[in-house]
Amino acid sequence: MTPHHRLHLKTFLMITIMVLAGPLGNVLLGKGMKDVGKVTVSSPADLLHVFFRVFTSGTIWLGVASLLTFFLAYMLVLSWADYSYVQPASSIAYAIVAVLGVLVLRETVSPLRWLGIAVICLGVLIVGQTHPSTTENR
Amino acid sequence: MFEVIFFSLIVVAGTMGELCISRAMKETGEVHEFHPRAIAQAVFRAMQVKWTWIGIALMAVGFFSLLAILSVDNVSYVVPVTALSYVAGAFGGIFFLGERVNSRRWLGIALVCVGVTLVIIGNR
Repeated sequence: MTPHHRLHLKTFLMITIMVLAGPLGNVLLGKGMKDVGKVTVSSPADLLHVFFRVFTSGTIWLGVASLLTFFLAYMLVLSWADYSYVQPASSIAYAIVAVLGVLVLRETVSPLRWLGIAVICLGVLIVGQTHPSTTENR
Repeated sequence: MFEVIFFSLIVVAGTMGELCISRAMKETGEVHEFHPRAIAQAVFRAMQVKWTWIGIALMAVGFFSLLAILSVDNVSYVVPVTALSYVAGAFGGIFFLGERVNSRRWLGIALVCVGVTLVIIGNR
């Protein structure tokens, strides 16, 4: 395997971990925050109360663990790949968020939203065809 | 107003935080191996870089703003709106990190933005 192919393979692997752990984390946070209730920041006591409810929620902590997994994969991939490559490439996560939203949280997704998600995936495909790093070996 | 403030914080603080992290990881150096010790060493090296901490602080602001929004809105509405950071991210990559974004990559980013817009419209 050439170094070029190896770079693409490990970038692909890290992005796969990112796009699974990231949406799962967001969905868990969404579920957890619905249980916590609407955040109001009218007084310091209010804020303290919200923080307490957030940090005692098991769902929130699961979401945080999932997002930390995402974050670790993200930091690793950013050590060799361009930010402007990684950020759009990871946008396939929007499709996964929508699927998880429907399956786990029973959210309804309109046809227009599915169309939007398809366009996002097309954009991701095009970005994925460009080389991951433009700044090395200048 | 609640939504505008927190969405702005998610997009601006979140994107700036990620740019700082990317800069920090470029200073940390490419991670070649993936056994736990190598990853721990990479994390330790990253923690010596000041950009890591600036990035973490900014991303924390973005994270708590995300929690506030998620307390009222659906995940499938909130997450697409946060993609407003895509354009900001591309420009930040160019001006802050010296990355070069070619026309093909711009096309991809533009399509992602169009898709995100449709997603938002489809939610109204």
